[in-house]
Amino acid sequence: MNAMDPADTFRQEAKDLLDALEQALLDLEQNNDSQQLVDSAFRALHTLKGSGAMFGFDEVSDFVHEFETTFDHVRKGKAQTSPALIAVALKARDHVEKLINEPGIHAAAGEPILAALRQVVDAAGAAEATHASAGDRQPASNMPAAAAPGDGPAWRIVFRLPPDALAFGTNPSLLLDELRELGHCTVTALTDHLPPLDVMEPTRSYLGWEVVLVGECDRETIEDVFMFLRDGMDLTIERMDAAPSVETGAAHAASDRAAPEPAPKLAAPEPEPAAPPAQAGPTQARRPDTTQEAAAGAAERAGTSLRVAAERLDELMDRVGELVIAQSRLSQIADASGDLNLKAVAEELQRLASGLRDTTMSIRMVPIGSLFGRFRRMVHDLSRDLDKEVEFVTSGEETELDKTVVEKLADPLVHIIRNSIDHGLETAADRAAKGKSDKGTVRLSAVHAGAEVAISITDNGRGLDAQRIRAKAEEVGLLAPEAKVTEQELYQLLFHPGFSTAREVTALSGRGVGMDVVKRTIEGLRGSIDISSVPGKGTTVTLRLPLTLAIIEGMLVRVGNGRYTIPLSAVEECVELPRDLQQRTSDRHFLNIRGSLVPFLNLRELFKVKVPPDLYQKVVIVSSGESRVGLVVDQILGNNQTVIKSLSKLHSNIEGLSGATILGDGTVALILDVGQLLTFGQAFEEQVRKGRAA
Amino acid sequence: MSKPTGSMKAVSIGLQGEIFAIDAQSVREILDLVPITEVPNARSFVGGLINVRGRVVPLADLRVMFAMDRPEPDQDTRIVVIETAIDGELAIAAILADKVYDVADLELASVEEVPKIGMRWRPDYVRGIGKRDGEFIIIPNMDRIFSMENPDGWPEERHVA
Repeated sequence: MNAMDPADTFRQEAKDLLDALEQALLDLEQNNDSQQLVDSAFRALHTLKGSGAMFGFDEVSDFVHEFETTFDHVRKGKAQTSPALIAVALKARDHVEKLINEPGIHAAAGEPILAALRQVVDAAGAAEATHASAGDRQPASNMPAAAAPGDGPAWRIVFRLPPDALAFGTNPSLLLDELRELGHCTVTALTDHLPPLDVMEPTRSYLGWEVVLVGECDRETIEDVFMFLRDGMDLTIERMDAAPSVETGAAHAASDRAAPEPAPKLAAPEPEPAAPPAQAGPTQARRPDTTQEAAAGAAERAGTSLRVAAERLDELMDRVGELVIAQSRLSQIADASGDLNLKAVAEELQRLASGLRDTTMSIRMVPIGSLFGRFRRMVHDLSRDLDKEVEFVTSGEETELDKTVVEKLADPLVHIIRNSIDHGLETAADRAAKGKSDKGTVRLSAVHAGAEVAISITDNGRGLDAQRIRAKAEEVGLLAPEAKVTEQELYQLLFHPGFSTAREVTALSGRGVGMDVVKRTIEGLRGSIDISSVPGKGTTVTLRLPLTLAIIEGMLVRVGNGRYTIPLSAVEECVELPRDLQQRTSDRHFLNIRGSLVPFLNLRELFKVKVPPDLYQKVVIVSSGESRVGLVVDQILGNNQTVIKSLSKLHSNIEGLSGATILGDGTVALILDVGQLLTFGQAFEEQVRKGRAA
Repeated sequence: MSKPTGSMKAVSIGLQGEIFAIDAQSVREILDLVPITEVPNARSFVGGLINVRGRVVPLADLRVMFAMDRPEPDQDTRIVVIETAIDGELAIAAILADKVYDVADLELASVEEVPKIGMRWRPDYVRGIGKRDGEFIIIPNMDRIFSMENPDGWPEERHVA
């Protein structure tokens, strides 16, 4: 359909690789000597270098090459990982990201980072520092050693490419050439997988190769030759103890046994296979190393899933939404008619449409773990900047949420986690004084609870100081001194714009901005926030979110000639507007609902409706956060399933509207955003008051 | 057929007696009048929404931007659905036309720069003035008209009372 810009493809791939690199580095910090993690970091770097060069991101590939070269010392065990090393490596990773996203302007910044990286690595492996150039995997540096056959250890390498390797541009002869650069090679083709001529496809790769390599090189160097191919191929590398004696019949037979598959009985092009030692028995030969196994697993998983552009999913959801609308129109017609066949078809269609809707919704669900991963880096950096040791524990990564919700959750979670670390957790000294462990813990977890997902952020810090919040609230006039409030109500004040109890403003938090944004975002997602706290023990913030945003239940109302949908979850009840309040142009806009005072907003005023009002006006009582407010409308039309369509940029800044939907008759109705409407209503009344004062 | 570089295919629409040329490449379809949903508190330039094959599309009234009278729609009124950049992002929008004439080649050679005097419209909303059959055709600058950053504000900005 549309050709992807190759550079975009690279950027997308690079993003995944950088993420993998970051995760590996962060994991390494926890688990200093896991060779597997070092390998996976190295692999990400290597692929990045290769594809960067392929797509013309030379800056990237040059920098990554240097990065990789230095990191190679770690991989070869010449240098130990240390927090300092990880910190610099993370910096280097960020630099790569910059190089990719904004090419051409950051190149100069790379050298100091590399210098720092080299310094750390050299310090970590001082003794080996002189071998730096030997560690460089330039084949040229190995050439002299390779020149003299019979020198050094001998390796037996058996490899077989995946059948489609040729189609992907792999050229086995180049691999063999590369091996030859490492030392003296004896190559035997394994032709046992060759099919009969009539079924042979010329584009597929059927051959395997057995190579006996004698040269001064180690296992990694040989593995590097196959680095880009490892996932799909069979590769066995084994060391032969003695220098190979050249060609005896018995040795040939032994080699046959050791080979993964029966070796060639057909003519082998180079009739000089060498002798593998008896120790390298068949059992050993076939066993892939663990990283290879892991890689194969990953490749398998990748094969069963498909990467689809998010817009296409949105489009699919739109189409399904339209189908649901069309189907409900059909149902209306069918209900009105007496035709039994039509009714049967309409019912069938209804069943299919709702099934399709559920399936489509489930496609949009993504595990929240993708989001959690991002915070590890943030916690790592924060913990360093604030000099607080923080253990970051996540659980429930597999919990699924609509992708839009997951995207929008990132910012609120950043704020909450920052607050937990900055304000919640005490410094190590304070913790020690209270007899707590030195390390603070921040726990991020997600669980399904009915049609909601609950995400909680728990810290084991000092907890909220209810008295201080109260004092502050009274000071700024949010709370009357004698007012009675529950703990929960008190904590909700934290989300009030400009409210902060932090005594000191730090660079990170304490300015009182942020938490109100958190609340607004979560309410925009039709979610809610709970806070619980135990002084001295810690605080838990729980976000509750609906599973999806694409379809909601709504109440359709009419104001003037316009029709609007109010999310049913916000609606508490509907009452008639008392006649006296309707006729009198009153400055007092409250209702008495079973003894409690409920203010109301007249949507006709807010929306500047010119047509005359209906005789009997209705009030829809809605709740938003802690407050209950009535919305005066002309008519209540009923409930409907609403497929939410977002508004274009031209209308997205209009307050009080969260989107639009298409009704059964094909017209467009606007969806009201109750939270925003209340803010807008307040501002509106403010203006009216000012207008009168002037 | 004229040379591709020398002309552009344009849909000519009438707005209060003036003829405007809309690049035919950007036009997706032309519809008869459909029910328009008013958006409360929106600028009158984009005061409505319509349903175009299941999409909610903003309906723009160019007459607002050119400070023209806006009589009620009649039987000649059409809706031209176009692809345009809204604040730099490609999007679908619809524009109201008093009348749609035809699709014609507009000789680019005949297009003149916007004159410095003799025009009361905002000069940046006009890309050029073309001629056809002895009549002037206005080529509006859609990118500017649909841009959200407007230093001078809109000709008829409606504020919240």
